[in-house]
Amino acid sequence: MVEQVSQFIVHGEAWTVKDLFVLPNEYVYWSIQIVMYPYMTGLVAGAFVLSSLYHVFGVQKLKEIARYALVFSFALLPVAMMPLLLHLLQPLRGFHVLMTPHFTSAISAFGIVFMTYACIVGAEIWFVYRKFIVDSIHRLSAKRQRTAFETLLLAIYRVLSLGAMDTSPEALASDHKAVKFLAGLGIPVACFLHGYAGFIFGSVKANALWMTPLMPVIFICSAIVSGIALCIISYYIFMEIRKWAARWGKNWLLPDALAHGNASLQVEQLRSIQEHEVKMTSKYLLIFMTLAITLELLDMIFRGYTAVKSWDALRMVIYEHDFAKIFIYQYGIGNLLPFLMLLAPGLTTRRAALASILVLFGVFMMRWNVVIGGQAFSLTFAGFMHYHLPIIPHDWETFKEGLAGASLVMVTPFIIFYFLNMIFPAFMSDEEAH
Amino acid sequence: MKRRDFLRQTAVFVAGASVSLSALEFIDPRELLAANSDLRWAFLVSTHKCVGCGFCVKACKIENDIPLEANVTRTWVERYVIKKDGDVVIDSPKGALHGFKSELADQGASGTVRIPERDVAQAFFVPKLCNHCEVPACVQVCPVGATYQTADGTVLVDRKWCIGCGYCIMGCPYGVRFFHPIAHVADKCTFCYHRISKGGDTACAQACPFGARMIGNLRDPDDPLTRTVMTDRVGVLRDEYGTKPQVFYLGLSKEVR
Repeated sequence: MVEQVSQFIVHGEAWTVKDLFVLPNEYVYWSIQIVMYPYMTGLVAGAFVLSSLYHVFGVQKLKEIARYALVFSFALLPVAMMPLLLHLLQPLRGFHVLMTPHFTSAISAFGIVFMTYACIVGAEIWFVYRKFIVDSIHRLSAKRQRTAFETLLLAIYRVLSLGAMDTSPEALASDHKAVKFLAGLGIPVACFLHGYAGFIFGSVKANALWMTPLMPVIFICSAIVSGIALCIISYYIFMEIRKWAARWGKNWLLPDALAHGNASLQVEQLRSIQEHEVKMTSKYLLIFMTLAITLELLDMIFRGYTAVKSWDALRMVIYEHDFAKIFIYQYGIGNLLPFLMLLAPGLTTRRAALASILVLFGVFMMRWNVVIGGQAFSLTFAGFMHYHLPIIPHDWETFKEGLAGASLVMVTPFIIFYFLNMIFPAFMSDEEAH
Repeated sequence: MKRRDFLRQTAVFVAGASVSLSALEFIDPRELLAANSDLRWAFLVSTHKCVGCGFCVKACKIENDIPLEANVTRTWVERYVIKKDGDVVIDSPKGALHGFKSELADQGASGTVRIPERDVAQAFFVPKLCNHCEVPACVQVCPVGATYQTADGTVLVDRKWCIGCGYCIMGCPYGVRFFHPIAHVADKCTFCYHRISKGGDTACAQACPFGARMIGNLRDPDDPLTRTVMTDRVGVLRDEYGTKPQVFYLGLSKEVR
């Protein structure tokens, strides 16, 4: 009997409440994981752009955070795919997108753009860390007594080095050139990766809220904002952990210390690096925030002013159903408040980090309001749909498309980053590094 | 052989081969036949004749293995009540699977409303189904080509290839698509392709006691459907999306969306 009943539950029914007249087949089909998808790709793209500010435009002040942002972007990369797989009803067929791409669809480009981008980031990391890899091979192979972990690490480095052991000044100079080229190439590709996530929504002509050519641009700007904000906040937290570890001698907590023994930790030095980087980065955050907010407001004003047929329904959604989510959470707490916090004189790292958390929240709410808000009204404009995020999962579907699935996506990059740090120490302060 | 000669000869060979091979592509007989197909399925709904009994919905669900009680359906009937003050109340309880047995209009979370008979200016029923568009938005957005258009104009879903992303559901301006509760892939009306391609009628048209539904071939001038579409004043739903829908309506009112 239970099985029979569960057969009748249609995908989307568990979290959709219909109001007034909604077509029988209409549900909130794209739920939390599709909110997570542009959010995560945005973080990937944003972190990469931040690292490129140093590599391409030579913003020296961002040197330390640039390397960190690059490695973090790489850790985020596989996670950008996760929400899509969790969302698909046939996840095992996900690779069909790569095997038989149907090129009139915006999603079909995902495989190609994503792979290109992954190759660029991977190659850039390789060039940035090539000297370190070679040095590590020398250091580890010189050791007489190796632990099992060190042997494994040595094997990994041997493979990663691809046999390129030349660390002469000429070779390093060409590494440097390659990094600059890849970072430069990476910016348009990162923007494309995310701009096209915006295109996926902006090109849905059936959806009155999504369909606007501004969507890709809005997505890119908010991506950079969220990427920078995440780098600031995570950089701040990781530095706090390192300071704490330095003070109490708990180096064994840190993955790079675990792998390489030395984590060059001096509390004072760490503090000055942290302050400097976080404050500098928050200036860039302000610039991109201004751009993002301007575009979002332009979009909303334009819709209200032109007031085409769909505006009656959209107005209901924007000003009534989702008022708190849009004007209080997204614009108020997520944009205006951190904006003022960053602008106010005497910026401290703690305040910058706090503002960044709010910015991250604001961008998340923006994704939410676009994805869920776009499905909050019926195609007929005669009814509305309310979305209720499944908190406590009672089956596989409410697990993966609920709070649990979303949290899984949020946590994974940090786990990947921890292990990635053993191989590519993101906090390495090496004068020779690029 | 010199390298220069080798390159030149290769270029000549590739150019020559591609020209002759592209000729093969141009005269692919299947494609030629499809382009001049003497078959284009279309559908005609007469809203004047529909009484909202819901037999079509039930017949469709049974014929096409959509669980009866699941809250999705390939075809459904909407009830429009236009009040004297201009308000429009629309409802379609369970897609009209059991018809419209109650005078109370189902308004979802807002409960039900009763409209006093004296307030009613006019009321009518509108059956809906997939429009099998000439320019289908769902086919355009499918990332793997699992949704496709046949030579005779119907739009179908390959259940073995659909990845279940839901992009087609989002892309359809008519809300005819849904996830099949058992197959877990996108699903929608096929014009009963398995029946019409063998000369049969669609399940809904066959079940309709009043002849409100009709399938036909637009390329055949003697087909009753074609004659009506040619000589009568028919409308289509939401043509502003440029999808060129192929379900035609007699007596379409401006309130219908």
